Amino acid sequence: MNYWQGFKPGKWQVQIDVADFIKQNYTPYEGDEVFLKGKSPKTTALWHKAERLIQEEIEKGIIGVETTRFSGIDVFDPGYLDKDNEVIVGLQTDEPLKRIVNPYGGYRMVKKSLAAYGYELDAELESRFQEFCKTHNDGVFDAYTDQMRLVRSTGLLTGLPDAYGRGRIIGDYRRIPLYGIKALLKGKIEDLSNIKGPTTSDVIRLREEISEQIRALNAIQAMSATYGFDISKPAVNATEAVQFLYFGYLAAIKENNGAAMSLGRNTAFIDIFIERDLDLGLLSEDGAQELIDQLVIKLRMARHLRTPEYNELFAGDPNWITEALGGMGTDGRTMVTKTAYRFLHTLTNLSPAPEPNMTVLWSQELPIAFKKYCSKMSQVTGALQYENDDLMRPIYGDDYGIACCVSAMEIGKAMQFFGARTNLAKALLYAINGGVDELKRDRGGAPVRVMEGIEPIEDAFLDFDKVYANYLKVLDQLAEVYVNTMNTIHYMHDKYAYEAGQMALHDSQVHRYMAFGVAGVSLVADSLSAIKFANVKPVRDKNGIAVNFTIEGEYPAYGNDDDRVDQLAVDIVEYFSEALKKYPTYRQAEPTLSILTITSNVVYGKKTGATPDGRKLGEPFAPGANPMHGRDKTGALASLNSVAKFDYENSCKDGISNTMSVAPQALGKESALQVQNLVHIMDAYFAKGAFHLNVNVMNRELLLNAMEHPEKYPNLTIRVSGYAVHFNRLSGEQKEEVIARTFHESA
Amino acid sequence: MIGRIHSIETMGMLDGPGIRTIFFLQGCPLRCIYCHNPDSQRYDSGQQMTAEQIVAMALKYKEYYDASGGGVTFSGGEPLVQGPFLIKAMKGLKASGIHIALDTSGYGQVESYEQVLALADMILLDVKHFDEQHHRKMIGVSMKGLDIFLKKLKKFKGRLWVRHVMVPGYTDNAYSVDQLFERIKPVAHKVEKIEILPFHQLGIDKYRELGLDYKLKETPEMDADIARGFEIYINQKLKNYIAQRVGDEHYFLSQAPNEVCSM
Repeated sequence: MNYWQGFKPGKWQVQIDVADFIKQNYTPYEGDEVFLKGKSPKTTALWHKAERLIQEEIEKGIIGVETTRFSGIDVFDPGYLDKDNEVIVGLQTDEPLKRIVNPYGGYRMVKKSLAAYGYELDAELESRFQEFCKTHNDGVFDAYTDQMRLVRSTGLLTGLPDAYGRGRIIGDYRRIPLYGIKALLKGKIEDLSNIKGPTTSDVIRLREEISEQIRALNAIQAMSATYGFDISKPAVNATEAVQFLYFGYLAAIKENNGAAMSLGRNTAFIDIFIERDLDLGLLSEDGAQELIDQLVIKLRMARHLRTPEYNELFAGDPNWITEALGGMGTDGRTMVTKTAYRFLHTLTNLSPAPEPNMTVLWSQELPIAFKKYCSKMSQVTGALQYENDDLMRPIYGDDYGIACCVSAMEIGKAMQFFGARTNLAKALLYAINGGVDELKRDRGGAPVRVMEGIEPIEDAFLDFDKVYANYLKVLDQLAEVYVNTMNTIHYMHDKYAYEAGQMALHDSQVHRYMAFGVAGVSLVADSLSAIKFANVKPVRDKNGIAVNFTIEGEYPAYGNDDDRVDQLAVDIVEYFSEALKKYPTYRQAEPTLSILTITSNVVYGKKTGATPDGRKLGEPFAPGANPMHGRDKTGALASLNSVAKFDYENSCKDGISNTMSVAPQALGKESALQVQNLVHIMDAYFAKGAFHLNVNVMNRELLLNAMEHPEKYPNLTIRVSGYAVHFNRLSGEQKEEVIARTFHESA
Repeated sequence: MIGRIHSIETMGMLDGPGIRTIFFLQGCPLRCIYCHNPDSQRYDSGQQMTAEQIVAMALKYKEYYDASGGGVTFSGGEPLVQGPFLIKAMKGLKASGIHIALDTSGYGQVESYEQVLALADMILLDVKHFDEQHHRKMIGVSMKGLDIFLKKLKKFKGRLWVRHVMVPGYTDNAYSVDQLFERIKPVAHKVEKIEILPFHQLGIDKYRELGLDYKLKETPEMDADIARGFEIYINQKLKNYIAQRVGDEHYFLSQAPNEVCSM
């Protein structure tokens, strides 16, 4: 069969334009889930094997590491899990769950992770690499200033991608099945020859990058050939479409080890191929489901080699293989297809699991049947997150995806420079302590000054205006050092650890976002509120550093829909967002900001002294934009309303994460009502302009029980902040933090 | 006008239809031995709010009401003990087009009943017991109060739900359920449904904190399935009663002159 036979023509045939292909050819689906099928015998056998292996990995910590080669698209032999039962093939290395050593981000990380699991790298490989190669991490530290090192070591900036892959790039993996590698190569060769003008460093870099992309495309083709597939030409059927698309993704996770490696937005695309095969009688619904189940099994097998410190930050081996589902088209038709259902249905056919990170693009206009199905799946599996398509579609159109948890970008047309986050609560303590870190001491035991020109506040009781004025000064300085640090990191990342395989599946000219982040917003709001509405008395140590605070009186807390305090949160975020925009960015990237912590809110807490809201040294922050644990006392909707006040487009264009835990019985007396009510809650929450919601429908008792008897709850999946995780794979501290969160129970 | 508010639940989905903001008003004349919010009983505590503040707060959740067919529910304590305040707040809500439910035991300022019932879209009537002697013992007051309210309720034009908290060893038997039905018979034709709420022990800590004696310390929680069984039973009874009554009415109407039918 001719590969494009039966497809409606359009401009997608004369230029690379996957969105146009989808628009011309997809079939919106407004019905319910009754058509869905169970798992096939092959899937059953394969998943059984995969599950056993995953269980073994949990027990051992790690199954294996390839120690004789370094990462790369076509450097590993083909690998299989159970060849006879695999409908979709391809593993990162020659064996399932065997992890790749990727040294290009930084060698120290590699050494640490290998040591942690008791592996040793091939001695010659190691010595050659160290002798002849420079890494991203080496480059960054050659160019870091003293202040950058300082803000990094105090934990004012944390999680910076300066020693590992930055991730957050989404290749347009659909381009391979739609066009084939040959056509993609041709496009890149043309792009390269069309670069004209003076050879500035920008031009030279672009030429070098496109040349690398060309090599990467050839490598993807070579890698696929080892599995017996010719991907030089487009896919001729649904099986090939899924397989080719997966090869694109597989290349990305062979080459790179970024924290977040999203899949994109693929269900409407795949659905077109499935519909064609169903029409032609080449495929049954069972077969269609089998394809999606098998793709998802593969995605659940993706692994990267991490250090124990990394695992402490992000528990449970998350990869943020985020797939955006649903949403509306700009022409008013829903982007929901039967394959969106098939994708969600893998949670039933296989088991509830964190990966892939299923992200529903919620619109008021989504078909009601799909809304209800999502609501039901949330309640049954706890694995879904929701993001506001009505906010994003006007900005990004209808072919954007989500990198990591909440970062939107146009697929194949935009990429992101990931920038982790800064600790706004610590910054507030700098405002009080005159730029001196509250915890860090130098070798002689003396306090360490991080920022100059900040007058310490020496009053017996903190004065709001004084603290606030100082805080803005700290934020100004912080913004400058943060932008400069990010510029340095991404300059070096492009230079030493360029993601050629993923960027080859982008347009040659891409839009770049520089994604900054903040943690501790709710703490800052509550602290400022305490200073403003109650009397806060610092307790100072012999160095004059405020190490504790006593509060006289009461103050309104963020999370109760009280503008007196919520506005403080909004103002600070807006101010900081604007401050970041003042400084030039590497490659003219568009600065954006997220309010997101993932599970790092626990570690942030450890590294931050007591705060004026009454939080003690070491206690966890609230995750993302959530109110502090237990302080949202007027019910879930007040809490949601508080979070909905942040301005996505103007202040927080990289996303605002919010996690809600609600007891099932609080959602209504019977399950049909619970499903319906959750739909209503999300409709109204998003109608208010809110951005994101993680939904956990469960009782605190369930988690307490799972903590005591993990063996009884092997698949208990919860949304933490931006990703889902098997509860059992959280650390003890993280479990306790999750349990301490506000549960809306309304007895 | 200032009211006293015990607490606010912005995500109420159990007290009336849709998503509701529940204002728990402070103060209650009853002393139910199973009360799970004993801190809402005294009159002199709680947060002070104006009727305008109640309306302003409710309006923040308008999108949620609109999406779900919800609104505001006044609960308590006992909302009817703050009659004038309640009326003022209800008027404000009414003017903003917000659906209003009242979760009440029917004990409060009698002179406010007519106005309250004219403003309420829905009543959730909590019926405690059917027997005067037991009522005094279990609830601390006579049943006369309920009778007064039931009388006023006959003219009520909105929706009506009846609820009953079932405590093991007290009313968890068919006889009691039958008797409960008899008690509400004067308004039964208006009742949409009857909810049997199983007694739980979640209030026990509050008694300790308040230093109050808690008589049901040893009482087990009510089995939810058994309660559900009685709920099905009493609702069937209600359905039969209404069907019977409609049948009677139909008979009556069919015998009546035409102009009655056209009303």
